[in-house]
Amino acid sequence: MSWLKPVAGVNSEERVGFKSPIVMAVVGLIVLYFFGIAGRSGQTSFELTRKDDAIQLPAFEIASAQLGVIAGVLLLLLAVGSLLLSLRNQKTPIWLASVYGLIGVTALLGWLAADNTVPVVFIAGTALVLAVPIMLGAMAGVMSERSGITNIAIEGQLLTGAFMAAVVSSITDNFALGIFAAMFTASLMSMVLAVFAIKFLAQQIIVGVVLNVLVIGITNFLYQQWLTEDGENVNFPGTLDIVKIPFLSDIPVIGPVLFENRITVFAALLIVPALWFVLFKTKLGLRARAVGEHPLAADTVGINVSRTRFWWVTIGGAIAGLGGAALTIGNAGAFGREMSGGFGFIALAVVILGRWHPIWAAMAALLFGFSIILRVWANQVSPGIPSDFITMVPYIVTIIAVVGFVGQSRPPKSLAIPYVKG
Amino acid sequence: MKLELRGITKRFGQLVANDSINLVVEPGEIHALLGENGAGKSTLMNVLYGLYQADEGQILLDDQPQKFAGPGDAMASGIGMVHQHFMLIPVFTVAENVALGNEPTGVLGTFNLSEARKRVVEISNRFGFNVDPDALVEDLPVGVQQRVEIIKALSREAKVLVLDEPTAVLTPQETDELMGIMRQLAKAGTSIVFITHKLREVKEVADKITVIRLGKVVGDASPDASTSELASMMVGREVDLTVSKRKATLGDDVLRVENISVLDDRNQRAVNGVSFTVQRGEILAIAGVQGNGQTELAEALLGLRPVIKGSGAIAIKDQPRKPQASVREVLESGVGFIPEDRKKDGLVSEFTIAENLMLDASYKSVFTKGLNINFAARKKISRELVERFDVRTPSAEHLAGKLSGGNQQKVVVARELYRNVDLLIASQPTRGVDVGSIEFIHEQLVAERDAGKAVILISTELDEVLALADRIAVMYRGQIVGIVGPETSREQLGKMMAGVAA
Repeated sequence: MSWLKPVAGVNSEERVGFKSPIVMAVVGLIVLYFFGIAGRSGQTSFELTRKDDAIQLPAFEIASAQLGVIAGVLLLLLAVGSLLLSLRNQKTPIWLASVYGLIGVTALLGWLAADNTVPVVFIAGTALVLAVPIMLGAMAGVMSERSGITNIAIEGQLLTGAFMAAVVSSITDNFALGIFAAMFTASLMSMVLAVFAIKFLAQQIIVGVVLNVLVIGITNFLYQQWLTEDGENVNFPGTLDIVKIPFLSDIPVIGPVLFENRITVFAALLIVPALWFVLFKTKLGLRARAVGEHPLAADTVGINVSRTRFWWVTIGGAIAGLGGAALTIGNAGAFGREMSGGFGFIALAVVILGRWHPIWAAMAALLFGFSIILRVWANQVSPGIPSDFITMVPYIVTIIAVVGFVGQSRPPKSLAIPYVKG
Repeated sequence: MKLELRGITKRFGQLVANDSINLVVEPGEIHALLGENGAGKSTLMNVLYGLYQADEGQILLDDQPQKFAGPGDAMASGIGMVHQHFMLIPVFTVAENVALGNEPTGVLGTFNLSEARKRVVEISNRFGFNVDPDALVEDLPVGVQQRVEIIKALSREAKVLVLDEPTAVLTPQETDELMGIMRQLAKAGTSIVFITHKLREVKEVADKITVIRLGKVVGDASPDASTSELASMMVGREVDLTVSKRKATLGDDVLRVENISVLDDRNQRAVNGVSFTVQRGEILAIAGVQGNGQTELAEALLGLRPVIKGSGAIAIKDQPRKPQASVREVLESGVGFIPEDRKKDGLVSEFTIAENLMLDASYKSVFTKGLNINFAARKKISRELVERFDVRTPSAEHLAGKLSGGNQQKVVVARELYRNVDLLIASQPTRGVDVGSIEFIHEQLVAERDAGKAVILISTELDEVLALADRIAVMYRGQIVGIVGPETSREQLGKMMAGVAA
């Protein structure tokens, strides 16, 4: 109700707290001290281009400790900015939190790579590749949750997609068929979930968990009994070709990261904005969101709630299947036991972190992709630092990013509530 | 468009909600469908709107038989409906809500927002609705939300407009405006079906009245018929709509509330600096349109919702109540509470009546024996209460959820009054309850008052407030606009409910 809107000054004591500036200041101090003042000696070199790139940029070199000091001071300045906003009863905006995160990550990379180089293109590019399954899984989550159905089975769908893509591609020697099989079987799983949820009003979480357990069981069995026995013929698909997009891929830094990839990555980069467009700019999206918020209202204006939910969940499943394919033929080159390794559940977290918004969810997925590559790379450049500690860092950054705008997040109102007519 | 319903019958299991109902609405006519809560009015309209399928009978529009598989069909045939609980998506804008299901589209199925906006503005201007197409629905007052619903129906070129209990959420002034709109629409040729249980409104606006009782049409009436005539048709017996009560004999203060503020679920101030006292032997009514902070105030008094720290004080029987007092502490200090939503907060539907009766005394010796329930005592007490509070049920071991609304409410009242409280907070005690139960509950409230208890009656029904209150506090946007005597005129109270100070 309009009169309940916060009026400046009136509701100040219960509106914006000081969480964000406090967290930001503490982290800023940590960066300033441990990465800067007590930082490591040696030069860090940020390598912006690869040796064989068309356009060469000079590497950016700086003393590791010096970078830590600069970053720490900048972070503290941002914390002060956030504090001033809080005092004026305003939330810390997302862009500020993002800039903060970026600076923090740069400081971390610079600290890790003292006396070494930071291969920017390699890290960013690999983060993107690793993020693709999570990203596509998250798009499946957004599609199904926006229409009101919880899809816990994304994990299983990724695994199914990974398995089918590897096996079908190997047997037929045709990647297109492999991708199709991955998307098709994952969408079949979605249909099972949708039918149970819509028609039989089953508890959606339970159906999802059961589907996951089922897929893990089946793929483990087949892997042991079949793929390991006859691996050369049925689990040796190789990976998709890397496609260079002319001209665009020559842009320094961005080019090799975004425009020199396998088609699974390109597909993800297209699906994310496309889903945003459909969800927020088209009739279909308006209807799907209406169904997820208030199915009865949607029904009274002649929208078929069950059908809408069914198709959004099903198409979401196909996208998750593609995400699974990205794991095998888009990256690893073969299927491995339980190789989705929790990506489906991370995708669910990403959906929430991204506030059920395709673009934000994709950003969150990138963050997770980054954290995976960070651990691998940090082990190589600084073997002395416990890798578990390094892995924590992106999540700490996430938490900081989230405190800034948490609370505004609101799930679709009818999420996981079956719609019973009459 | 002429609407005709022929022999509509709708059954839910054993229950016959509509029993061969006939109804004819002529073009440009305002036809009131009058009946008690649970008489089957809404079921009938849901059949008309395609949400339910009739078991028997026919729907005719301009003498053509129709078949509606869903609301989409009904709408396409020119039937529009404004539901009692608005069918709007709170997080969508007005334009999005109006367009939903009937969207203007551009290339690639893009939603043409500017076209949708134009439609809203056009209809809004035609009828002087003054609705902003870009406002989020959740930010709009209910009166405006209702206009959005009407625009929604008109944008689909509805020739028959059904209004289901449209005045339940409106101030008296808004109700008058709505009636103006109805007349305007009727003049333009729209047939209007006006569903209500409020006699005054029917007499004021209807051209023709059909009365429904227990799923059957009991007859037609003209708007000239007297109120008591209409009431007895609706209820099936003579009803005395006035509550007889003696002059109040006031005692000590039972509750003193000073300057408290309370947040709602969205962390915004729903109650803002409210003060009042209630004395023994009086009924203090808190009137106001729904959603002006009454719910949050009641919950805060009971301790279900915290009072903002440092915002004020509550004292019960001269004992200052801790700001963070638990509900049990408040109940033990002699407070009884009838929540506004009995299905959600008043009862556990899956429990028996007896189980529900012991809910707030589950730890007390009357119902327990050591760690066990004293079943014999419970049986005895529940049997007594069922009798004393006239709960119509085969036995106290029946599920509470199976009772009618009125009888469920009697169970709640029985539980709260059995504890012998000093202060009873009754929030919408007769909402969705049949007339017989309303009379009974009103008598109980007056009896409590006469026994020297303090009663707070929170009600959005002006009739109820005027019938029972010794003093009336009117709430508007979280504040008490004024506290006035029971002799205050309806017009005056209506103005106060819209925020004009007394």
